[in-house]
Amino acid sequence: MSASVSSLSPAILNLIEHLPALQVAIPMLGAAFVAMMRNGLLAWFVSLIISLLMPIIALFLLHETFVNGIVSYALGGWAPPVGIEYRVDVANAFVLVIVSVMAAITLPYARKVVALEIAEENRSWFYSMYLLCLCGLLGIAITGDAFNAFVFLEVSSLSTYAMIAMGRDRRALVAAYQYLIMGTIGATLYVVGVGLLYVMTGTLNFADMAVRLKEIEETRPILAALSFITVGLSLKIALFPLHKWLPNAYAYSPTMATVFLASTATKVAIYLLIRFVYTIYGPSLELVETSAVTVFVILSLAAMFIASFAACFQKNIERMLAFSSVAQIGYITLGISFAVKTGLTGGLVHLVNHAFMKGALFMCTGAMMMRLGNVKLQAVEGIGRTMPITMGLFVAAGLSLIGVPGTVGFVSKWYLALAAFETGQSWLAFAIMASSFIAVVYIGRIVEIAYFREPKGAALLAKDPPPSMILPMIILVVACFYFGIQADLTAKTAELAADAFLSSAQGTWGAVQ
Amino acid sequence: MFNVDELLLLTIFIPLIGGVGIALLGRYPNIRECITLITAIILWTQVVNVYDYFQGGIIPKAGPYEVLPGLELAFNVEPLGMLFAFIASTLWIINSIYSIGYMRGNNEPRQTNFYICFAVSLFGVMGIAFSANLFTLFLFYEVLTLATYPLVTHKADENAKKGGRIYLMILLGTSMLLLLPAIIWTGALAGTLDFVPGGILQDKAPYAVLVLLSLLFMFGIGKAALMPFHFWLPAAMVAPTPVSALLHAVAVVKAGVFSVVKIVVYIFGIDLLAETGSADWLLYAAGFTVIVASLVALRQDNLKKRLAYSTVSQLSYVILAAAILTPISAVGAAMHIAAHAISKITLFFAAGSIYTAAHKTEISQLDGIGWKMPITMAAFTIGALSMIGVPPTAGFLGKWFMLQGAVSTQQWVAVGVIVLSTLLNTAYFLPIIYRAFLVPPKETGDHGEAPLPILIAISLTALGTILLFIFPDAALDLAKQMVGL
Repeated sequence: MSASVSSLSPAILNLIEHLPALQVAIPMLGAAFVAMMRNGLLAWFVSLIISLLMPIIALFLLHETFVNGIVSYALGGWAPPVGIEYRVDVANAFVLVIVSVMAAITLPYARKVVALEIAEENRSWFYSMYLLCLCGLLGIAITGDAFNAFVFLEVSSLSTYAMIAMGRDRRALVAAYQYLIMGTIGATLYVVGVGLLYVMTGTLNFADMAVRLKEIEETRPILAALSFITVGLSLKIALFPLHKWLPNAYAYSPTMATVFLASTATKVAIYLLIRFVYTIYGPSLELVETSAVTVFVILSLAAMFIASFAACFQKNIERMLAFSSVAQIGYITLGISFAVKTGLTGGLVHLVNHAFMKGALFMCTGAMMMRLGNVKLQAVEGIGRTMPITMGLFVAAGLSLIGVPGTVGFVSKWYLALAAFETGQSWLAFAIMASSFIAVVYIGRIVEIAYFREPKGAALLAKDPPPSMILPMIILVVACFYFGIQADLTAKTAELAADAFLSSAQGTWGAVQ
Repeated sequence: MFNVDELLLLTIFIPLIGGVGIALLGRYPNIRECITLITAIILWTQVVNVYDYFQGGIIPKAGPYEVLPGLELAFNVEPLGMLFAFIASTLWIINSIYSIGYMRGNNEPRQTNFYICFAVSLFGVMGIAFSANLFTLFLFYEVLTLATYPLVTHKADENAKKGGRIYLMILLGTSMLLLLPAIIWTGALAGTLDFVPGGILQDKAPYAVLVLLSLLFMFGIGKAALMPFHFWLPAAMVAPTPVSALLHAVAVVKAGVFSVVKIVVYIFGIDLLAETGSADWLLYAAGFTVIVASLVALRQDNLKKRLAYSTVSQLSYVILAAAILTPISAVGAAMHIAAHAISKITLFFAAGSIYTAAHKTEISQLDGIGWKMPITMAAFTIGALSMIGVPPTAGFLGKWFMLQGAVSTQQWVAVGVIVLSTLLNTAYFLPIIYRAFLVPPKETGDHGEAPLPILIAISLTALGTILLFIFPDAALDLAKQMVGL
């Protein structure tokens, strides 16, 4: 505990000690509580309170890791490695902050769109599913136990399927079913991998596993476990070519679910993958020398280009943004596969940067959806005139997606390209630039349609959404620019997180106490 | 009230503050235009203020403000930037007067947007002029691109959309795909992005990388319109004339060549390039652009298009002057930035004046127009003479120094290009003047001169073209300080 905290009363100290557990327990209990409500507004309010609480805990944990390094918490008092350990370093805390902050910004926005899209009797169910999903995502990020991570993975996935299925029309059911199949395959592969690891090492605790893996080194089951886990998680990440579920899931689920999932869900799976590759396998494998790195680079590049091109040909803005997400995931995995500090920082900082811009873009799109009924390209003709604020914010967030200097997108690109030059792979820097330029095409296309055509039909009567929706949009867009000019908070934390991962790959994540 | 450094920061932000004011009071046209004019005048006085400090030996600085480790926003004043800021802010005042006459005279729609974007563009220009490192330059370079896009597409019709698409794709494309990698690469090699006299790449990179970097930088700065990345400039001519005049004859294109000169002088360093010969190709690329663009200009009947190709050609003069790699030719480059700015804005003002008064856009329609619009066409003649390089007009100065540099280092290719292009300039400008004054009009259209604000503006810049020749000292001093002469 840091000095500033020690002066507090014992009761609060006690509470602070259990913060890691509360981070997960509050949304979980909240979900059960909300499920019993019959009033949608009340359910929203409880979810809002919980969502606002989460970033406070997460930021506190982040602060703790700045001061103390690793925070270890034995769940239920059962000492690790037998009991479940919540093990938080800068890297997890960073992800916890991203997820919880995005949740807190999404909830104020959610009330109007949920009230519009989801029937009164289902609203509390929806919020209950949302809280479960939040609990699952935070759980994956916080836990230090491979099987516990699987449980939270399933908690988040199952609740996500339910949320998607509550979408506006019947296509949502198909989308949810697609995701259900893919997600289940992914989870199965993951648990097979974990099973193999358990058989070989006799432990499920990450830190313990890292130590024991070093003793048995590169045996075949261990490598098989890595491939199972990588492929399983890649399905959840929507790494190209395992992304097929994502565009439909984003396009047809309720707006609130799209906004929340697009800015958080895949990020957490990426975190878990980095945790496995760097922290658990890092000490025993020479990462850079494995051919897996080459595969990852190729898949990342394929995502960056093919998905970006696909985005240019979508007739629906939500699907376009979804394909853009697949491309952006490519940047993140590319950054990870550099396996140097600059690259990893670029990948990690893009987790938060992408959350800001995609959150903002999907919120704007949600507002259009609310006014126009759909977001096909014909529907948004001329809305630059009738919904000026929404469209202005869309363009601003779009500039960030393109990576114009002064926006967060540029910060990510800077790190990634710098890593390419530093590792002597100059051509990758040009590839990064080229793929980001494709964003000019698909964002520019929307700009031309929204500003250079006359509004007709619903677009004539459309107007900007109410302040409760505008405000979260503005906050995210301002974040896109603020953290593009003054990236201390995001980039430096990402650098520390990258340091944490890289040093854990040297086997310093600490043996079990 | 403010210390020197705050003054610099304020100077950069004045146009942006003005833009906010215009946005807030946009519904009252008179107040809106007043704000534009007042902002332009305040900006000019501040720039003069900064200049006074600078000549007094105090160098105003702002920053560095760290964006992330290794990436900083920073501003300072150096001679070339001072010159650029002075030109842009002076011409903004005149152009604002002109804009009022033009936009009202032609009943243009969405005038508030027009004035806001114009102010934001000037914000971009000031940022570029006073940038102290490559990142800051790049940031404001892109601000300028994005702020001018709505101006180019102002008419919002199919042509404007097409023009805007080419404009954005080429300018953003070259800067993102070539310039940005070059900047990051420079950062990775040199460990800094600061503009340092003598350059930062000395002994940092092998010959091949230097050549590659110079290619990336020079073609990456699309605003300098080096062929084959010049198409955006003719495409940008769909914009209202005040935009073509200030932005696409002065601010945007000068930002391009300004960046070229800055990078040659402060990133590579003249000595490094002269020793290694890694940018020798630039002389030929620029020479090629000068000649070919002039030839294309000859064939244009649309007046604004002909002026645009003339600009492409004149921009490469500046690049050529920088590529001669002698201090005296670099002075020529700086002088030509100033001379071309004031002459070309006069020519565009004339084109807009003709459009407003007579609704004519093609050169073949201009028979005898000189007698109906004597002030406009007199100003046009002065501007054209300056472009050809005839004394007593400003255009003569830049060419004089360029020739001096080229002859002293015996670069006969450069000499040949300058001489040949002077002939070509004559060939595409004189026929216009001939038609205007000596060919009798075909039809008897009834129109007089353009509205008064336009005439005031055009007279001022025409006068300026001559005054810059007679009193070149302020500009010349700055140009010489840049290379330490």
